[in-house]
Amino acid sequence: MDNILVAKNVSKSYGNYTALSSISLNIPKNCIYGLLGPNGAGKTSFIRIINQITHPDTGEILFNGEPLAPQHISYIGYLPEERGLYKSMKVGEQALYLAQLKGLSKAEAKKRLKYWFDRLDIGDWWNKKIQELSKGMAQKIQFIVTVLHEPKLLIFDEPFSGFDPINANIIKDEILQLKEKGTSIIFSTHRMESVEELCEYIALIHKSEKILDGKLSEIKKAYKNNVFNVGLEIQQDVDALMGNLNKNYNILSSSFDGGENQLDFRVQLPSSHTAGILAELSSMANVNRFEETIPSANDIFIQTVNNKDNDR
Amino acid sequence: MIGKLGLIIKREYLAKVRNRSFIVMTILSPLLIVGMIVLIAYLTKINDNEKRVISILNESAFFHQEFKPTEQISYIHLDGIDLEEAKDSINSMGYYGLLYLPYGKDAETVAKSAYLYTKDNPNTQMTQHLEGIIQRRLRQGRLEKLGVSQDQFSQVEQPFEINLATFDGEKSVKGINEIKAFIGGGFGYAIMMFIIIYGGFVMRSVIEEKTSRIIEVIISSVKPFQLMLGKIIGTSLAGITQFTIWLISASLLLFLAVMLFGIDLGSMANNTNMPPGAMNEMSQLATMDSEMMTYAREILDIPWGLLIVSFFIYFVLGYLIYSSIYAAIGAAVDNETDTQQFIFPIILPLMLAIYVGFFSVFSNPHGPIAVGFSLFPLTSPIVMLMRLPGGIGEGGVPLWQLLVSIGLLIITFLGIVSLAAKIYRVGILMYGKKPTYKELIKWLRY
Repeated sequence: MDNILVAKNVSKSYGNYTALSSISLNIPKNCIYGLLGPNGAGKTSFIRIINQITHPDTGEILFNGEPLAPQHISYIGYLPEERGLYKSMKVGEQALYLAQLKGLSKAEAKKRLKYWFDRLDIGDWWNKKIQELSKGMAQKIQFIVTVLHEPKLLIFDEPFSGFDPINANIIKDEILQLKEKGTSIIFSTHRMESVEELCEYIALIHKSEKILDGKLSEIKKAYKNNVFNVGLEIQQDVDALMGNLNKNYNILSSSFDGGENQLDFRVQLPSSHTAGILAELSSMANVNRFEETIPSANDIFIQTVNNKDNDR
Repeated sequence: MIGKLGLIIKREYLAKVRNRSFIVMTILSPLLIVGMIVLIAYLTKINDNEKRVISILNESAFFHQEFKPTEQISYIHLDGIDLEEAKDSINSMGYYGLLYLPYGKDAETVAKSAYLYTKDNPNTQMTQHLEGIIQRRLRQGRLEKLGVSQDQFSQVEQPFEINLATFDGEKSVKGINEIKAFIGGGFGYAIMMFIIIYGGFVMRSVIEEKTSRIIEVIISSVKPFQLMLGKIIGTSLAGITQFTIWLISASLLLFLAVMLFGIDLGSMANNTNMPPGAMNEMSQLATMDSEMMTYAREILDIPWGLLIVSFFIYFVLGYLIYSSIYAAIGAAVDNETDTQQFIFPIILPLMLAIYVGFFSVFSNPHGPIAVGFSLFPLTSPIVMLMRLPGGIGEGGVPLWQLLVSIGLLIITFLGIVSLAAKIYRVGILMYGKKPTYKELIKWLRY
């Protein structure tokens, strides 16, 4: 069994509004899976279905090979995007309560909480009330409560919102460590920077439909379009050289720095074979840069969404 | 699952009980209520102690024996001064009023031109009392003319009261229906207060979970229905705790107050509805005694067991129905100010039940209106309890009505709780929308 979660043709609508239309996903074990999409695409609806907060109209979800059932709740940890805590309750009491709701015994919950509080260096908050804490501090508590019952599947919906960069880094490291320990993680966001860093797999959801999914590195490979960035240090006349190049190649853009005699251009090649052009360029000038442009997750995201919208 | 429900109940209970304003209210309310009672009793006492003085300037040959002092009124007979002098002196002495009986050849003429002068508009009871005295004398005079002697007159004047009995031949007494309905009404009123106070607590607690955004964290661990149920039960346990504390401390305080200030609580109730002219009926102590016995017996005869068991049933079902509606409202809105439009329709049937109860059930506990409202599930917890002190079966609530009423209540309970749970489930995850009734109906179909 390689997948922690399998969704088969899951659909959900609210009245006339379709939140998810026939989504199928395989989420492999022990990886970080990015669930991407613009606001309102249906990510949260899908996550709520996994958490059994709502139920799909049609379709099926398998958790670890079994149809999703109430007892799976204790194997899932969920940090929602809309998150908060009881304001007038003490930190420790509240964490204990939430941990017990996930099925931990009181003693076990206490032990683990102590470990985590020490680990994130917040041991002295135990008797504070939430309303005395800052937003970032409360987020730390929420993170602890989410992971405390050592779930097999963790779902983070925009986990870094509300954190300052330092704490965001601490949380990111914790997420990576959890993955090392064998936890599978679904990571939902519309911020692409963190996706590049963390996710091995992604699925892109747009207007209630899945439009792309797979291993991030493979997707990137598939989205390569043989565009190369080239830098030449030239001696001869730049216009003649450019004229020559334009005859043989599809130059997308170029710029010339006269002071440094540096010519930079982007070129679209018919295939990924680079030997020919490299040999030709080397014979003309000194090549100081030659790199393939690999699309960022952000590019892929924007490109796919736009293509999809143009199709309609 | 039961364990989780227990956890939720415990948290809701503790959150409520530890809340500062809850603690303050728990301590302060009995003090305030007992304080009010003591104050009212004290003021009533002062009021009663004020004896009104009426001076009488009687220039006629009649009415000299008639005006005898009572607890509230005493008389001063003036002599040898004229009316204007009398008015001036009465006014300056601060007496309540001056009754002027001018000279006349007979009682009728005197009465016709008699005047009561007072500083302000006279109190109705006082005027009625004086009129009663004069009228009695006049009637006596008229009858004497027809040849009825004084002795015969006083025999004729013996007051009459009809004897009351039920068909079983049991002796019944006046007002017992009212007393019974009042006792039932007390229970019904308690249910209404409980629903309004603690239903509101449930609602606020749901709104708090929504606005603090903890709701989604929690319902990823438990079912929304469990959370709603736990909240309702936890809050009502806190409510029962508070009620019990109120009851015990208020009765202790009241007891203390009665001991310390020597307030006669009974006199408060009695004084107000004593009919005019009731004074001279007081002599019949013997019948009073047996009447008291009958009252006592009737009150003991109230089927307390039945009443308490039904109170429990109606309380639990009624409270669950209403508080789940409150929970659904809390889930549908984003803040408390948006709740008004939804709360009014909930309170309406409760108010209706109380008013119908006090106006219709008191006078006719088994009439069609009383029966209708005691079957209708949203009013039955209150109205049926007002009817039940009459017992069930003959002379009381027919058994089928009780059973139908409870049956309807249970069906309504199941229906409303599942509807409320649906609205709750959808509502708690909806933000930023001011819901309309149309919207809510749509949610029911999600």
